[in-house]
Amino acid sequence: MAYTVPKLTDYSAAALEKAAADLLSASDQEWQAVRNDSDWKAYRDRWMARKNGILTQINELWLKGAPKDSKRDVGSKLNEIKERVEKDVEKGRRFSKNYPILREYFSSSLVDITLPGIRRAIGAEHPVVKTSHEIVAVFQKLGYSVAEGPVVETDYYNFEALNFPPNHPARDTQDTLFIANQVGKPLRQRLLLRTHTSPVQIRTMEKQRPPLRIVIPGTVHRNDPFDASHSPMFHQIEGLAVDTNITFGDLKGTLDHAMKSLFGSSVKTHFRPSFFPFTEPSAELYVTCFICGGSGKRGPDNAQCRPCKQTGWIEVLGCGMVDPNVFEFVKDNGYDPKKVSGFAFGMGVDRLALLKYGVDDIQLFFQGDVRFLEQFG
Amino acid sequence: MKLSPQWIRDYVDLSVDDRRLAEDLTNVGIAVEGVSGSGSDTVWEMEIGTNRPDAMNHYGVAREAAAVYDAPLKEVAAKSPLLATNARNGAPSAEPGAAFPIVVEEPNLCPRFSARVIRGTGIKPPPEKIAHRLQLLDQRPISNAVDATNYVLWEIGKPTHVYDMDLLEGGKIIVRKARAGEVLKTLDGVERKLTTEDLVVCDAKKPVGLAGVMGGYDTMITEKTRNIVIESAWWDPGTVRKMSRRHGLHTDASHRFERGADFESTILSCDLVAQMILDSGGGELQGDVLDVVSKKMDQAPVLLHVSEVRRILGGNLDAGQIYRLLKRLGFTMIPEGQDDARFWVNIPSWRLDVEREIDVIEEIARLHGYDKFSNTLPAYSGAVVELPHMPIDAALRKRALALGYNEALSLTFISHADAERFSAAGAKVLELENPQSEEASVMRTSLVPGMLDMLAWNLNRDVAEARLFEIGSVYESAAEGRVEPRRVCLGATSDWVKNALPAGGALDVSKGEQAAAVETFRGFKGDVENLLALFANEVKYERETAEYFHPGRSARALVNGAVVAQFGQVHPEATGARKLRQEVFLAEFDLEQLYRIGLRLPGFAPLGKYPAVVRDFSFVFGDEVSFEQMQSAVLAAAVAELREFKPAEIFRGASIGAGKYSILLRVKFQSEERTLREDEIAQWSGAIVAALTGLGGLQRT
Repeated sequence: MAYTVPKLTDYSAAALEKAAADLLSASDQEWQAVRNDSDWKAYRDRWMARKNGILTQINELWLKGAPKDSKRDVGSKLNEIKERVEKDVEKGRRFSKNYPILREYFSSSLVDITLPGIRRAIGAEHPVVKTSHEIVAVFQKLGYSVAEGPVVETDYYNFEALNFPPNHPARDTQDTLFIANQVGKPLRQRLLLRTHTSPVQIRTMEKQRPPLRIVIPGTVHRNDPFDASHSPMFHQIEGLAVDTNITFGDLKGTLDHAMKSLFGSSVKTHFRPSFFPFTEPSAELYVTCFICGGSGKRGPDNAQCRPCKQTGWIEVLGCGMVDPNVFEFVKDNGYDPKKVSGFAFGMGVDRLALLKYGVDDIQLFFQGDVRFLEQFG
Repeated sequence: MKLSPQWIRDYVDLSVDDRRLAEDLTNVGIAVEGVSGSGSDTVWEMEIGTNRPDAMNHYGVAREAAAVYDAPLKEVAAKSPLLATNARNGAPSAEPGAAFPIVVEEPNLCPRFSARVIRGTGIKPPPEKIAHRLQLLDQRPISNAVDATNYVLWEIGKPTHVYDMDLLEGGKIIVRKARAGEVLKTLDGVERKLTTEDLVVCDAKKPVGLAGVMGGYDTMITEKTRNIVIESAWWDPGTVRKMSRRHGLHTDASHRFERGADFESTILSCDLVAQMILDSGGGELQGDVLDVVSKKMDQAPVLLHVSEVRRILGGNLDAGQIYRLLKRLGFTMIPEGQDDARFWVNIPSWRLDVEREIDVIEEIARLHGYDKFSNTLPAYSGAVVELPHMPIDAALRKRALALGYNEALSLTFISHADAERFSAAGAKVLELENPQSEEASVMRTSLVPGMLDMLAWNLNRDVAEARLFEIGSVYESAAEGRVEPRRVCLGATSDWVKNALPAGGALDVSKGEQAAAVETFRGFKGDVENLLALFANEVKYERETAEYFHPGRSARALVNGAVVAQFGQVHPEATGARKLRQEVFLAEFDLEQLYRIGLRLPGFAPLGKYPAVVRDFSFVFGDEVSFEQMQSAVLAAAVAELREFKPAEIFRGASIGAGKYSILLRVKFQSEERTLREDEIAQWSGAIVAALTGLGGLQRT
């Protein structure tokens, strides 16, 4: 028995409610009977047609006969019903997963959504390059420009101008790989593989007058045989700030800020005296271990934290105030040590990447093993 | 370097435990890096900077501990009244004609030479306490006399040496340069040929010791020794270092002398050694201490400005604080002027590393504690400048990653053989003076060997599909020293051609191996084109590449006449040499050329408002006809509305015949002004067919 819109005599809230419920339930029932496109059209027209559709009829049959004082309530109730039906019929049902016309198609075209996706190959960033970019970005935000210099360097820039005099024991700390056939040249012109990115400090100060803020990423070499934590080739980032007002407190503040940017705002920094020929005072910077959080212990069974050797601290870089002897080499370009001061710092990128990603062997960085590299994709 | 905390405590009374002591010393730069043993046998592994030879011994570390806790440091002195009196009476010099004359011929290299003579002693094993302490530090006990010198070295850091006096010929000691042809057998039993650069201690006839490095074998203490000469000198650091390196002899003595020993400890060390020998072996002193001072050590006072302390360190340490800190370290301060702004600072004799105002400032900062200075951020008004090549590197890197290539870094060293095989014509290699191996003996002149090694690494581990790229420098010798041009290298290999290239693209191998090879090459070339598209739309390709490429499947790319890349399948001999089991594709980009060209600024072309018309033409050509020739011929037909001309399908096979191939060419016409008419399309198609037929093509119907 098809639904017909009844005439309303009782305009009480309860009666109105019942009439609305009957209407909506009728709409649901008729929807269930829709089997094909012409059913769908007939259904839509029966309910929605402007001329004599059911929604039009209720206006005539329910609203017009309503007592004056309840007209407002009835009107708003009817609007509610209309909106609901319009929504169901036009959108909700037509585009629902239950759309009867497509029900069969849907059930016959299932795919197993638990099958793994087919992934397009995406290249992975190398963890050392990525780490280097991240560190450089931190300092760029602090106003540092990137500077670069040659890997094959002269003795002058790698040692002498950094206050490693010829025949000085401090040179022993940097096992150096030398370029062959240099004997005929004066010592300061002899070529070697730079043992740190610090020579770029001098090269940049020769070209640019203070104030200066540079950050220097680059490849360096030492005569260390390969093992899990050593490589004859590795990467450093050096920083240098020179101005008329730079203090040791500025060095500390800058690096504290940088470490918090890199390792998280809860990281604490700690500075210990150290020795580098090109800085005075010199320091080593330690941060609270970002693996164990500074406790020296890991996991529920309080296992010993290896990266920090259970001390809770990890050494991340060497730094210090630029030694006046270094400024003497570039004094003519505005670096009078009586007028300017500066700080410098240098860190090993590979080591930081090892720590950051928990990689246990530095050699993995330079083998090009796809199984390794893809882990960073 | 190992030290014993128990021994350190001999010289300073401390209430803190070893753990706390280690921490506090580390925080003033006397780093305790490791702890082993326990109780009184605890041993510390120390990390002492090369500038602090004064702290490479127990008394020196005790001095630092005393400074840290502001505790009194006990005196070290010989107990025997005779020794003490001698020492206190100052330093009598050994005049020529004295009982045991000392002649210093090189006063600049040996500014001070002190000695003591002991007669009638006996050589025995060392006392138990001495042997135990030395063993804790991994020092092997030898005899009471030798261990006395060793003990004093570890006690106060001053190296000394003992000679069997009866084996010294001619009754005197001469310090001089070695003569050409002289030979010295050192304590380690090695015969060393001396050079005229070597500084030696000699008796009247022969060298008996390599100054500051190691004593001679023939004059050493033996069980028979009864009379002993104790030597404690101050040697020029540079001279000791050169000798130590020349003879490959790094000793505890040379380590300290080349960093600078305490000039004022020569007599004390002689006396301490003498005391230990007399105590353990008996005998008696002969005469006073001998002390030849040829040159006084110049340790001028340093003028310290309080304002300079604040300019460098920040914060506001005042004169009183500075005074107290320096006093704890053994420095004394004398005011210069009335306003507490400047002070003359006297440097203790054991601190040869402190010479300048900045060195004193470091001492202040170090003892005050680095962590006590507030963290501040400096103001800065400069701008951040980007290096011009950085955005180019970044764009290439991003695109290579997007194309599915993993970023890799290979070693910067290659072998001579690879340098020869893979260098560009005329490139001069930079050889290493001290390479770690032949495989790593020259600086790379190409990224190719490294890339091939990385691909081989994967194939050898059953990783059969690899796509890698590296951005880096190569190194060549040049007139001005060296050049370090930048390169990009792509490498790709896969065991399944169908899936190999381009990344993830499925290729149809059903039409034969040659067709698959064409598709593989085109897939790789597509990656090259995608990278070059960052720089130019117009790229020309020529069949001319380095010897290590497959001559039929490689090409070079030119932009504006400049060669910017070469790429293709690697020569089978080159892959064979590395035992690569499958085909490998490489591309090398000359970044220096690409930097010159610069990144292409994309330009807008209006999207056509009128519909495009696509037509396909199927032709058979002889193998000698290239696609580029077809393209040129079609472009020569000058159809203004031609928008696109590309190969849609290529086919070889028996049905076509040997030496020929079938190609389906797709053409797109479009006008910006109107919808195209059938008759004009027919006319243009005719022109295109005519152009292709003119090349010798046969249209298939």
